[in-house]
Amino acid sequence: MAREEVGMVTSLEDAISRQTHGHPLSWLTSRQTFWVFLAAVIACVTLSLVTDTFATERNLFNVTRNFAFVGIVALGMTAVIIIGGIDLSVGSVVVLSAMVTGMTMAAGYPIYLAVPLALAASLAVGLFNGVMVAFLKVPPFVVTLGVLSVARSLAMVLSDNKMVYQFGPDHQALLTLGGGSTLGIPHPVYFLVVLALGTGYFFRWTRWGRHIFAIGGNEQAATLTGIPVRSVKISVYMFASLMAGITGVLEVGWLGGVTTNLGQSMELSVIAAAVIGGANLAGGIGTAFGAVVGAALIEVIRNSLILLGISTFWQGTFVGSFIIIAVLFDRLRVSRAND
Amino acid sequence: MTVLALSGVSKHFGAIQALSDVSLTLRSGEVVGLMGDNGAGKSTLVKIVAGNYPPSSGEMTIEGRNVHFSGPADARSAGIEIVYQDLALCDNLTAAANVYLGRELTKRMGPLRLLNYKAMYDRAGELFAELKSETRPRDLVRRMSGGQRQAVAIARTRLSEPKIVLMDEPTAAISVRQVAEVLNLIRRLRDHGISVVLISHRMPDVFSVCDRIVVLRRGTKVADKAVEQSSPEEVTALITGAIETA
Repeated sequence: MAREEVGMVTSLEDAISRQTHGHPLSWLTSRQTFWVFLAAVIACVTLSLVTDTFATERNLFNVTRNFAFVGIVALGMTAVIIIGGIDLSVGSVVVLSAMVTGMTMAAGYPIYLAVPLALAASLAVGLFNGVMVAFLKVPPFVVTLGVLSVARSLAMVLSDNKMVYQFGPDHQALLTLGGGSTLGIPHPVYFLVVLALGTGYFFRWTRWGRHIFAIGGNEQAATLTGIPVRSVKISVYMFASLMAGITGVLEVGWLGGVTTNLGQSMELSVIAAAVIGGANLAGGIGTAFGAVVGAALIEVIRNSLILLGISTFWQGTFVGSFIIIAVLFDRLRVSRAND
Repeated sequence: MTVLALSGVSKHFGAIQALSDVSLTLRSGEVVGLMGDNGAGKSTLVKIVAGNYPPSSGEMTIEGRNVHFSGPADARSAGIEIVYQDLALCDNLTAAANVYLGRELTKRMGPLRLLNYKAMYDRAGELFAELKSETRPRDLVRRMSGGQRQAVAIARTRLSEPKIVLMDEPTAAISVRQVAEVLNLIRRLRDHGISVVLISHRMPDVFSVCDRIVVLRRGTKVADKAVEQSSPEEVTALITGAIETA
């Protein structure tokens, strides 16, 4: 009964307003995103001091643009990871979307037809992934690995594996869309900012967002409480593919041409970005801001390897190790919390 | 007043007779302990009431009206809520988020529909206070004790002003102190005029909180009596079949 009295003494407002994490600073330092953000800032400062090539306008322009591509796809990947899934097909969706855009425009059609067509193709891939996972219960790893192969192959069939670099009447519009800049900031960065804010809004402020976290936390509970688990899952895979599709369109404009090796093994950087940004591969945890910060850190490190004269062959080693280390850190944290 | 009445309910799965001719009434504010060995038909009975599957024969009425459920949603809208054995909670979400899972409150802001965090925290806090639980709406379920988790699962049933709450083994896997907490939660529900069906293997729990005990054996009801007129020994004998009926 003593327990009851304790409950009575605490006033209602007090109980409602009390947070699990007391101090704002301890809340901040308990966030992986914070440490990754710090790491990225330190890396930038160090590089500016050590090399005289990092802090140049040209280099920063390139870094921000490159990280925007990984960041946009990582937003979608984060959603998939939150529901406890994985999407290995994003790199292939990038090339499929790019190729649909390129081929449509090369055939003389306007950009406002080509882009929706490319995004529709991307969404179709996401729909397929989602239906296979949600209704036929195929493990997401298997479905999206298969689609990784299928989507790239379709892009090859579509283009006959040739490079496309003539985009018809709207050629210049496409190049400006993905490769241009406004106020000194490359266009893909604007897309990243808007999409990240949108994703953050959806995650935090909508029922859909609440439901994806619930599915990742306990799918059985989500089903029992009446959440439409299957349609939410499908929408998440479609969202991931849409992000990849948008990136595909922007990348054609940036490169000024498409070849079928575009986006190859991009899924690895994207998963690394999401995981480094705090998304938990076991599901239920992740943020839009984390995906952006994770992508930024990866791009800064990748860039630093080049500037420091380390062979680009090492990049895969770094990105791969990042995924393992990020997951390892999470493991350590969980086992410490359980002690 | 009779809230729930089952008359002659049977259920068979192919050749297996899971329930035969079970009749049962539940008055408002009554706590009934449903006991029986594994395979005695407890969960079949609960699943019929919860709308998971229809009875093969027999009738079910709620407040005198005949009901036929085609799914759990029907049962829910008829005022029946269930606390599942594993509680159906998401560890990664807050207590309030779990209470409102699948029924989140939203508010309009221009063209947007935003989650109404404040309303959900406030109402969840009220529900926990009503249950006299220390659970805090903003805490993550991951960091909660077994008793607090039960409070979250029970608070969830209170959202819709239910008539009947079915509880499946709520005290099966928690510590002794937390068991007392859960039994108090059940009394709290009863005080609000809600009828509770408690499925449990734990004799002390049933005898301390229930008004009436119903014992099932091999799909038939072998006892239905007030706790004062029974004893743990008698119930054990009824469950195992040492006594035929009482």
